[in-house]
Amino acid sequence: MKTTHHLNEQLQMGYAAGVLPEAFNLVIASHLCLSDESRATQCCYDAVGGAVLDKCEKERMSVDALSATLHQIKTCACDTSAPKICTGVFPEPLQGYIGENLESIHWHSMGKGVRQANIPTAKGACVRLLFVPAGQAVPDHGRQGTEVTLVLQGIYADMGERYSRGDIKITAPDAPSQPVAENGQDCICLSATDAPLKFHRWLHRFLHPLLKR
Amino acid sequence: MTSVSIHATKPDAILGGLGYARTYHSSHALKGAEALPEPDPTEPNWTDLVIRVRDEQDEAAFALLFNHFAPRIKGFLMKSGADAAAAEECAQDVMVTLWQKAAQFDPTRASAATWIFTIARNRRIDVFRRQNRPEPTDLPWGPEPEAEAADALALQQETRKLSAALDALPAKQKDIVKRAFYGELSHAELAEETGLPLGTIKSRIRLALERLRRAMS
Repeated sequence: MKTTHHLNEQLQMGYAAGVLPEAFNLVIASHLCLSDESRATQCCYDAVGGAVLDKCEKERMSVDALSATLHQIKTCACDTSAPKICTGVFPEPLQGYIGENLESIHWHSMGKGVRQANIPTAKGACVRLLFVPAGQAVPDHGRQGTEVTLVLQGIYADMGERYSRGDIKITAPDAPSQPVAENGQDCICLSATDAPLKFHRWLHRFLHPLLKR
Repeated sequence: MTSVSIHATKPDAILGGLGYARTYHSSHALKGAEALPEPDPTEPNWTDLVIRVRDEQDEAAFALLFNHFAPRIKGFLMKSGADAAAAEECAQDVMVTLWQKAAQFDPTRASAATWIFTIARNRRIDVFRRQNRPEPTDLPWGPEPEAEAADALALQQETRKLSAALDALPAKQKDIVKRAFYGELSHAELAEETGLPLGTIKSRIRLALERLRRAMS
């Protein structure tokens, strides 16, 4: 699938090295399912990891390590599950968290038809699924941390750029942002932040109990 | 700030402290301290050996892979902050996974070292950080064996070039790259440009992916 907005080096390096919070990993893994360009680049970062491993100083294994490993191989059930191909709106890594279809999502309304669903992940960052009806603006929010958004359906437009399925939008904490779902199709996106979103004043007070769930 | 802020992961943070790592393997003390025999000085083709495990469940091929990679995985995990016993057990787990998931090894997209690294990394997250690791769906491999062999060979060459380019990086950048993969970089360091030359290997992998997509559709 062709995509035009991709990850930056920092995120790809962090994902390859395995040092990002789970919330970011989920957005990135989902993006990689939808973007051949990013998948190819990610394979390169993995190759750098492979080179680091290959040049790593050796540590002596115990004498019976090989036979113990072979014994383990012969005695444990083999995982031979065939790879699945992404179909539907949700890429496969995301399906593992929220199920296969939209109907199974427990949404929280944010007004004007906008809905969100928080996805539980390990601490350090948070990730949510956002549903914005076609033509609606995404509720105004300030960010304390960086936000990484993956578009899954519709067109997400922000500051003159258009993002479609598979595209990534990275928003720095202090960057201006006025995202809207373009007319046509309702927009669904997956968005991770490394700090809780801070909605503006009254909206924040109103939404706080919902966001805390 | 235009850079993405990422949580600094010191080895202790990843591994939940040495105390945890120590207890993790307390029931399985190291037996003896003799090294396993070293592989032949003329280095085997690791990719071919993984394919032999994949296609023929070849134990001799597996033993060669084990002797080469297991001590390096153990070293890698210890650099990441694991103690010797935990690293030993985890290295064995990684090699078990290599056998079990060999069917998913695609030599047109990863060398043996690259693929084994991804298993070790995921195992590290799983065991030491106790986190789920979302991964993209594996694409089924190989349109036809001849194309696979040619693509795989080309990828191995590119991987060697990348590895040499990594060696040639200025010491500071090289250090950043290594430490990134050991999981010990600060926010600021991870944001630094590493100047990794990914151009030709990237187009090689993209080509393999495009062939694969065509074969699937």
